[in-house]
Amino acid sequence: MTLTRRQLLVLLPAAAAAWDFVLAGTPEAAPNYNASEHWWGMLLDITKCIGCGSCVRACALENDVPDGYFRTWVERYHVSDFHIENPVVDSPDGGKEGFPPSDLTGGKNFFVPKFCNHCVDSPCTQVCPVGATFHTPDGVVLVDQNYCVGCRYCIQACPYGCRFFHPTKHVADKCTLCYHRITKGLTTACCEACPTGARQLADLKDPNDPIHAFLKTHSVQVLKPHLATGAKNFYNGLDGSVR
Amino acid sequence: MVKLQDIAHLLRMAAVFLLGLVLFLIFRSAFIPKSFGRYGHYRGDAIAEITARPIAYAGHETCEGCHPDVADTKSKGWHAHVNCESCHGPLAKHADDPTSLSPQKPDVAKLCVRCHSENRAKPQGFPQVNAKEHSGGQLCNTCHQPHSPGITQGARK
Repeated sequence: MTLTRRQLLVLLPAAAAAWDFVLAGTPEAAPNYNASEHWWGMLLDITKCIGCGSCVRACALENDVPDGYFRTWVERYHVSDFHIENPVVDSPDGGKEGFPPSDLTGGKNFFVPKFCNHCVDSPCTQVCPVGATFHTPDGVVLVDQNYCVGCRYCIQACPYGCRFFHPTKHVADKCTLCYHRITKGLTTACCEACPTGARQLADLKDPNDPIHAFLKTHSVQVLKPHLATGAKNFYNGLDGSVR
Repeated sequence: MVKLQDIAHLLRMAAVFLLGLVLFLIFRSAFIPKSFGRYGHYRGDAIAEITARPIAYAGHETCEGCHPDVADTKSKGWHAHVNCESCHGPLAKHADDPTSLSPQKPDVAKLCVRCHSENRAKPQGFPQVNAKEHSGGQLCNTCHQPHSPGITQGARK
């Protein structure tokens, strides 16, 4: 078989296109998921949180979070009537096994679950020198642990203290909003395990999501709004003393 | 008039710069991952890698598919909105292949108390007890059935 110059000129670009396809890497793991149709956030209802730590345990089991490190944790606040600007906060083992009775009397007492706010203008992604942490098109902040060089800059940059340095992988680690679950139509592990509905995953681009009605009828805040990070964890019943 | 031999040293330098540029481009293409920049200033393949992680919690809808009787009991009681794996733990492996992993019954002495022990930080109206005074050392499920914990079976209170 002989090949004419014309045939070769057609064949070469076709072969190049095929080779590009071969090199294109892992195929999409969630084929029915279209990122541009979603915008994820979470609703946290302080008035419902009982501090049982189910979310903390579920997160650790779902995501292999090492002991003593937390992608989500629960804080207990004690706000004395005489020092409302200086609350007493404790979180024994991140609230993983619940909270023992407190010795403090009087004042206001409540629990605050915390985790990555998946900020729209996140300080952590802005400081990454190698592009290892990023925003997905559906509003989730993720870490590419195969690309992270472990410089820890993002851990210092997060004003919410939501990142940690993984003790064995030696890279930055944080909440992924259970990206491997929400892209398959499931809710996050923490929301699945929450017994009182204090945590609810919200898709802001879904017009039928109950978040829209809730935001219209409740006084909802985000943490540290003055930092203009565009936090997407919406807290209902959040006290002004919470930092 | 500039003679050709007067710029020979400049040409040599240009060649060195050109070689440097070519080497830079070769190393650049070798070190930057192929999918970098596909969606933004990051490795596009990372999204697919993170998405591909296995799940541990199957989700209550999966549980209810095989255990409709429990789902029915639960839906009429106080624990209607407490999901199965909140107490039973992550069971995606059991859902994939029920014979591979049989779930253990939770330790009620620990589990119930974690939610229902008295704590002033808990919301008012949430049922809380001092476990020792309340039960006198008996296990919770002596009186309360965890799937529908009201003392009168099936009633919401």
